[in-house]
Amino acid sequence: MNAPGAGLIEMSVAGFLILSIFSFLYKDNPFYRLAEHIFAGLTAGYYVGLIYQTVVVQQLALPILNDGKLELIFPAILGILMFTRFFDRFSYLSRISLAFVMGNTAGIFLIQQLHGLVLPQTQATIINPMAGDWLLGAVPGGIIIIVGVITTLIYFYFSKEHKGVLGKTARVGMVFIMISFGAHFGYTVMARLSLLIGQVKFVAFDWLPRLIGVN
Amino acid sequence: MQDLLRKRLPMIVAFFAGMVIITAFFSGHPTLTTFRSNMQVWVSIVGGFTLLLGVVSITSVNYRRVRKLEKDWPYKLILLISLAVSGGFGIFQGTEAGTVYDWLFQNMSAPMMSSMFAMLAFFIASAAYRAFRARTLEATILLIVAMLVMLGRVPIGQVIYHRMPEITEWIMNYPNLAVQRGIIIGAALGAASMSIRIILGIERTYMGR
Repeated sequence: MNAPGAGLIEMSVAGFLILSIFSFLYKDNPFYRLAEHIFAGLTAGYYVGLIYQTVVVQQLALPILNDGKLELIFPAILGILMFTRFFDRFSYLSRISLAFVMGNTAGIFLIQQLHGLVLPQTQATIINPMAGDWLLGAVPGGIIIIVGVITTLIYFYFSKEHKGVLGKTARVGMVFIMISFGAHFGYTVMARLSLLIGQVKFVAFDWLPRLIGVN
Repeated sequence: MQDLLRKRLPMIVAFFAGMVIITAFFSGHPTLTTFRSNMQVWVSIVGGFTLLLGVVSITSVNYRRVRKLEKDWPYKLILLISLAVSGGFGIFQGTEAGTVYDWLFQNMSAPMMSSMFAMLAFFIASAAYRAFRARTLEATILLIVAMLVMLGRVPIGQVIYHRMPEITEWIMNYPNLAVQRGIIIGAALGAASMSIRIILGIERTYMGR
């Protein structure tokens, strides 16, 4: 949204673009398409500026020129090799850069997922459900967490056919998953609605009154 | 030689890059840890170039359409101009507050982004109208929970039943948390196994084949 203290020009630009985007609710039209393409171009340009300043200047050019970190030429070469994808004859060279990024990311991911997610989440599930307060719903809540985690994991276990005890447990998992999806749906709808209220409030109570001189 | 450059070298690079990170984490050796930090900077640099590759691709596709005066070419031209203006000011003037780049983001990109997300409220409502039919037990549960969560987040929910926000909080903190935890554990195990496959060169789809 507009920066604090925005003038009428800024508000009018934003207001016009907001109305152009919302015009799609009627049907696809030139105003929407104009706003859509401006948005796509600005977003791409935003990343150009951001990457140039934060990566090319701050992480590459300045350390090489000011601190003499010549080893940074290596990632710069790898980055330039990415552009060989545009030339059929040399496109295989871009695989080296891609492999570097993939290998490195895989290494980080492996540790991050096991050390940062699987172990802490499992640890947090190994609780004594009876230790909480009955009145505040912590005891049934604790039992629900243990049952919910186990049955959800069983629902996603596809190495054995969901029959008998496994099938019944997976069905309980399915019920839990539906509760979670319902909760997420409700949460998402409310988040989107609050954004919509903000946009409508800006157009109807901030921009338009100022544009026609009421405010 | 061709095979080495096209297949073996990328696999060796991926293996080395992945193993350095893992070895540095478990050994804690200062040299390896420093090397790991340096490599993370390198990845961020290469990643930056990758994003620029995407921008070059967008530019070339749209430029071709404008040059051939294909259908909707004026819109493509507007896209290219927007890209050039925003990217140009970002490069030559900087990205700090008060620059044209910042002005474009604050007054054009951000309102449009919020509007796009806000517009989804209508589409979600429309989809819900069609999909939310209590035909099965699972669909009924989804419908009831979604209604409870929505009601718990607006004042009218509290008017209907004064403990509605507490019910919503309880749903979010217990059954929802349990499922999220289950999904996180499952997805993390999947991601970890995929990482091992990439490092060992079993998974090579990122190389194009």
